[in-house]
Amino acid sequence: MTQTIGSATPSSGRNSGTLLARIVPLPGTSARRAGLMVERNVLVYRRAWVLIVSGFFEPLFYLLSIGIGIGALVGTVTVDGMVLDYTVFVAPGLLASSAMNGAVYDSTFNIFFKLKYAKTYDAILSTPMSPGDVAAGEICWALIRGLIYSTTFLGVMLALGLVASPWAILVLPAAVLIGFAFGAVGMAATTYMRGWQDFEFVQLIVLPMFLFATTFFPLSTYPSALQAVVVCTPLYHGVELIRALTTGLVDGSLVVHIGYLVVMGLIGLRIAAGRLEKLLLT
Amino acid sequence: MSTDVTSVPPSRYVPGPLARVGASIGFWAYQYRRTWRGTVVSSVLTPVLFLAAMGVGLGALVDDGGRLDNDYLIFLAPGLLAATAMQTGVFESMYPVMGAIKWVRTYHAMLATPLGVGDILLGHLLWVVFRVTSTAAVYLAVIALFGAAPSLTALLALPAATLCGMAFAAPIFAFSAGYESPSGFAALERFVIVPMFLFSGTFFPVSQLPEVLQWVAYATPLYHGVELCRALVGGTQTALDAVGHIGYLLLWVAGGVLAAFFFFRRRLEATG
Amino acid sequence: MPVPVANVETVPAASSGPPLVHARRLTKRFGDFTAVDGIDVDVARGEAFGFLGPNGAGKSSTMRMIGCVSPPTEGTLRILGLDPRTDGPAIRARLGVVPQQDTLDTELSVRENLLIYGRYFGMSRAAVRAKAEELLDFVQLSDRAKDKVEPLSGGMKRRLTIARSLVNDPEMLLLDEPTTGLDPQARHSLWDRLFRLKQRGVTLVLTTHYMDEAEQLCDRLVVMDKGRFAAEGSPRELIATYSTREVLELRFGPDADNNVYADKVHGLVNRVEVLPDRLLLYTDDGDGTAAAVYDRGLRPASTLVRRSTLEDVFLRLTGRTLVD
Repeated sequence: MTQTIGSATPSSGRNSGTLLARIVPLPGTSARRAGLMVERNVLVYRRAWVLIVSGFFEPLFYLLSIGIGIGALVGTVTVDGMVLDYTVFVAPGLLASSAMNGAVYDSTFNIFFKLKYAKTYDAILSTPMSPGDVAAGEICWALIRGLIYSTTFLGVMLALGLVASPWAILVLPAAVLIGFAFGAVGMAATTYMRGWQDFEFVQLIVLPMFLFATTFFPLSTYPSALQAVVVCTPLYHGVELIRALTTGLVDGSLVVHIGYLVVMGLIGLRIAAGRLEKLLLT
Repeated sequence: MSTDVTSVPPSRYVPGPLARVGASIGFWAYQYRRTWRGTVVSSVLTPVLFLAAMGVGLGALVDDGGRLDNDYLIFLAPGLLAATAMQTGVFESMYPVMGAIKWVRTYHAMLATPLGVGDILLGHLLWVVFRVTSTAAVYLAVIALFGAAPSLTALLALPAATLCGMAFAAPIFAFSAGYESPSGFAALERFVIVPMFLFSGTFFPVSQLPEVLQWVAYATPLYHGVELCRALVGGTQTALDAVGHIGYLLLWVAGGVLAAFFFFRRRLEATG
Repeated sequence: MPVPVANVETVPAASSGPPLVHARRLTKRFGDFTAVDGIDVDVARGEAFGFLGPNGAGKSSTMRMIGCVSPPTEGTLRILGLDPRTDGPAIRARLGVVPQQDTLDTELSVRENLLIYGRYFGMSRAAVRAKAEELLDFVQLSDRAKDKVEPLSGGMKRRLTIARSLVNDPEMLLLDEPTTGLDPQARHSLWDRLFRLKQRGVTLVLTTHYMDEAEQLCDRLVVMDKGRFAAEGSPRELIATYSTREVLELRFGPDADNNVYADKVHGLVNRVEVLPDRLLLYTDDGDGTAAAVYDRGLRPASTLVRRSTLEDVFLRLTGRTLVD
């Protein structure tokens, strides 16, 4: 073996000047190296494409069930003075919720498994990859998966005639934003988990949000005190964002929704990278 | 190192069939004693949250629509009871069974004792009966607290829910023992359990489905579990209907147990 | 019997350039527990250096610090002349690491494990593909390239881990208990691979609690106990300094009180060790001592004369055996 020393030295320095790196200074993170983490996951999931494709049926089943069943019982819902078919009302809520659920699942169960059991990251960190690279790469991958899922969901909505506005084009980036916010916070939370029993708490946060953050019924259903609580939850902003885009009821509140999710995601990412460093490099 | 192995005790304890099945249940109970605290909060909160959101919140919209005879909460609650029994039965019969065969190899350890395949299967199934019943009991209590159980026959909905759960658990025991890898679980969940949950009368009357799909719904065990629970909780049960539903669910339990026994023997005795 | 190792011409003058590992007063604490207690060590380029010690001696903690995945609590540490605190990625780019437990990616195939690992080092896809084939051949796994990792035997997984650690042509290879848990055949196969690497000039730093492994592979080693170095030298030097040429092992029945027998052989040799199941008599002439034991009317259930090993060195230094 002729020694080709230096052939493997990382070519780029740290913090290679991406926008993200300037906003959230993650220790020793480069977009290129984070991309390698994504590459690893693509390699794994090339075999699991059946699972990804079958993700198309889930929204289909849910939307059909609501359209034929509950939608027929409810009839219409009035939001901001506009009368909407119940299915048209619920579909964007389900899309936002599934973006949340997918990101939370990826960033909690999956990451915990790799962290504690598969020791995947221990091997990776004995290369030039840094914990920041791993964190950013894993979140990126969760976003890509979420994007695939949201795209099929939006496709099903279009096919069933549940999209009423050209704004719907922006649903995909909006769903990615939801995934980013929840994925980053989920990953940060995962680094604090001691065992599987702690995942009970994840359910206790995600389930009430799924049920009450205006996914299934409008904010006006609540007494005003409860309305204030609902408005504070992150999923509420995700649902309202997607709903505004698919129904075309777009106004200035969009900025608030987006701002909320962006800030939440950045805080989560910062904590996750720092905590991973502590956990893995001891 | 032991020094003397020549003195074997004169008589050995040979457990009878009841003791053997009891020992098999005992293993799962012992394991559960370490983990139940983690699930207790969610097993109470989940029914509360679901009934509040779907029964009360969504119910307000449905009742405005005025297309159901009864309050939506009263319609939905027993449906969720049966669906929860189903989910518990399914959940307890997938990874725990495959793990006990394949990864943790609990069954193999049991087989090295006087326990036989039948004892192991029966013990584990009875354990699932306990899990389904206890989950359903909590659900039923929450339903009563929501004022959605107007009749005393609602108490009978508890064994009905257990039967519904076991109509899923027994066949899935066979499924988990028959398959080598867990990849089938995702498909089972996605293409069988979730559609059943959505279309078998839990959330809306099956009569709203197109006629062909109605017949598909009638064939599912969940439909019969939901109808049975709904009639018992609401106090509208007729004996004839009950016999039909119970008989159909029992068929699934019996078929499932037989199939599970077949696959358990194949997996556990073939490899020794 | 271990194969004699020709470690003469393969060791380059251990002075070419600065040491690859340079540690002074190196310390690692976890809370109140001191895992590594102020050790000084230098490893020269081309050397095969070993940390020998029982479980919990601080070997793995030392290795993790050298591998730049664990910051030292105190002291100086330079790896390849660089500071791990600031140059971690640059150092790791030039190291190969074989951890104590295999951390292979079980979701990937054998070849894919090498491919993606090479990518982590910034290698191009073409370069890493060629490298992967070469390494699969080197560790004799070419015919399993497409298989998943899970069904591989322990020895195969270990060889794959070694192949993975070589993907970046490392200047120094860190091996943490490379053969623990392997069967004898797999161990010899691994030793053979490591020996070839050493001949190619790769610096080896390894930990082990097997004395035969240390004797086979290491030019120089330290005996580690409770976070400190108990002794340092070549295997041969250590045995010469801390033990005798031969050891006579005597076993009396299972109920025998070995302390009583220790008194009865008193004076035959300079040093007797009493273990729960046997007596060790340190002597330069095993057969002669055995005859003397019989002359005293003792009739042990079994007698064994063997060459002295690092195990005896360890026993002498710490009063405990290496592998319980």
